[in-house]
Amino acid sequence: MDAVVSNIAGAIDVDVHPAVPRRADLLPFLDDVWRETMLARDIDVLDLTSYPPNAPLSARPDWRLAPGEARDPQRMARDVLDPFGLRHAILNCLSGGLVVYNEHIGTTLCRATNDWIAKSWLDADPRLRASIVVSLVNPETAAEEVERLAHDKRFVQVMTLAAGELPLGRKVFWPIYRAAERHGLPIAIHAGSGYRHATTQSGYPSTLAEDYAGQPQSFASQIVSLIAEGVFAKFPTLRFVLLESGVTWLPSLMWRMSKDWRGVRTEVPWVKQPPAWLMREHLRVACQPLDAPPDEVARIVEHLGSDEMLLFATDYPHWHFDGGDALPRGLPDGLRRKMLVENALATYPRLEATT
Amino acid sequence: MSLTLEGRPKTQRSRLRIVDCDIHPAFSTRTELLPFLPEKWRTYLTTYGARLPEPFVGALPYPRMTPGNGMRMDSWPESGPPASDLMLLQKQLLDEYDMDYGILQALGAGPTTFNLDLAAAMCSATNDWQLAKWCHPEPRLKGSIQICQEDAPAAIAEIEKRAADRNFVQVAIPPRAIEPAGRRRYWPIYEAAATANLPIGLHSAAYGSHTNSSTGWYSYYIEEHHGFAHALQSVVSSMVMEGVFERIPNLKIVLIEGGFAWLPPLAWRLDKQWERMRDELPDVKRPPSEYVREHVWVTTQPIEEPEDPQELLDVIRWVGADRLMFSTDYPHWDFDDPRYTFKVTLPGETQTAIFGGNAKSLYRLD
Repeated sequence: MDAVVSNIAGAIDVDVHPAVPRRADLLPFLDDVWRETMLARDIDVLDLTSYPPNAPLSARPDWRLAPGEARDPQRMARDVLDPFGLRHAILNCLSGGLVVYNEHIGTTLCRATNDWIAKSWLDADPRLRASIVVSLVNPETAAEEVERLAHDKRFVQVMTLAAGELPLGRKVFWPIYRAAERHGLPIAIHAGSGYRHATTQSGYPSTLAEDYAGQPQSFASQIVSLIAEGVFAKFPTLRFVLLESGVTWLPSLMWRMSKDWRGVRTEVPWVKQPPAWLMREHLRVACQPLDAPPDEVARIVEHLGSDEMLLFATDYPHWHFDGGDALPRGLPDGLRRKMLVENALATYPRLEATT
Repeated sequence: MSLTLEGRPKTQRSRLRIVDCDIHPAFSTRTELLPFLPEKWRTYLTTYGARLPEPFVGALPYPRMTPGNGMRMDSWPESGPPASDLMLLQKQLLDEYDMDYGILQALGAGPTTFNLDLAAAMCSATNDWQLAKWCHPEPRLKGSIQICQEDAPAAIAEIEKRAADRNFVQVAIPPRAIEPAGRRRYWPIYEAAATANLPIGLHSAAYGSHTNSSTGWYSYYIEEHHGFAHALQSVVSSMVMEGVFERIPNLKIVLIEGGFAWLPPLAWRLDKQWERMRDELPDVKRPPSEYVREHVWVTTQPIEEPEDPQELLDVIRWVGADRLMFSTDYPHWDFDDPRYTFKVTLPGETQTAIFGGNAKSLYRLD
């Protein structure tokens, strides 16, 4: 990127993607048994089906790696941290460990990935922060992983994918939420699927374009589950951050859920507040992508009814915008200022503590 | 009583002409459909039941909040379930709101039962039943041709059999299917509907062969109820992105009982993917939002209710006032009463179009 983008200097970017680590990256963080297992079972490349490495979605043309290049902290600094003048960027590693079926492999891959992130990324650039990646196959060990890393304040949240095995509101996941809330860590839900289930109620779509267009459904399902199962009632200070979810579908969900709740709230008596209120209170949303004509964005922000929900994100290296146009067009000035820094600091208590 | 723009007494000029695009006629008894079926399937149904992809025989997977699977408490006739009695339906709905027409959405196992031959027989029987019990005695009621989309030849035969009968105004299929709606196995059905100049109505469905979310089964009815809209969203995405509207330019679809505020954001999002991954979508020649704007109609219930009712006017502007069609969902609990459906004042022309004009044009009524 050529131009220095001064108008967002000092911003906090809540969604950037480091490389997905290969086996060679992780071996130093594994014991002998797992080193042997990784080699014998040929566990190496685990890129997610949701993000085929060469797909246009997965990397902006000028952020694409040439043969032999690595997506390392230096490259990330050159592409986004320096030109945008970022104060912090939060690494969300789309690790295969998030979705592998075998709980032992999942737990081990996530643990090694987190250690690799700390050593190879967080140690390399003081502007970087990171999400703790966890395998949800065994929520107990996921909670243990949160506890294990909680002392390192550079880990600012816990992350999973938008489509998994069970809706995230289910009580089986609550040990993770308990640990996260105790340590001031929001839960990030990032776009993507483990493909445990068809991505639509009518099976698998033919194209990545269609699959990706449908991602808001997964997010909406998770939100509805978190509300209905009572997660927000049980964990009143826990926040969920939607990453790469899109933004513009949220008002329609708020309106619909509040209306449904007025009609059938006797089914979920632990839900004491209107779902729209709960969503504004507990959800934060990364601003890329924001799917709407620029002329309508201000109306959608009105509909959202909150200037605290939106967080700045480039979603580097995923391709949502070109050049320095990282802020979606059409946002009101006051909101632009809030979402660049203030909203992120309010969402991530650990950022303030380490700044 | 009659509706007027500002609640004035009825006059010929101010009377709001209503078409209700979502009425659920019911069987008076569990065996009411049997006489419309061939002997073979009467016996089968009695012995094995209509086997469906859900855990229970004859009960919904997510119990509703009111008796009769979520009915309006005041809609029970002296005998039988709500909307099983024509006289009460006339009194409580058609006459009460002085409706010009009501479009029947017969819900039932036919399109979703595992056995395709039974499916075809049940759909055909349901269509005969719509005529006999509802459309013939009450010409204001118009039927929807129920078919099972998993068996294209049988579905097409049923469409062709009914196409000339103007008691039927659309073809009805559930939005939850074995494959996404735009896949080629379904194209011949859409072609048959388009040839017959009949829109395809897709009504939210309680049964499906895949999980009701991409992340597993929901626990609660409040979740399931919201998830109905997702099935409709996937229909739009799939039909646009597979190029169905490019192949069948006069195909029209109606999305029923899923609300509508989600449609503009979906269209914008499809546009974005099309711009970025056009090489993956060779059959999509124009921005997806253009196909949506031209080929997709939506019914209003359950209407989204912003805290600031004025905000709904933005949504109507985005969807297009010529694509929204009023519906009540009678006799279900979340019935939208035409007097209170819109909490914001609609411009006169918009109101006329949404409450009846659009449906009359689309369904060629009058």
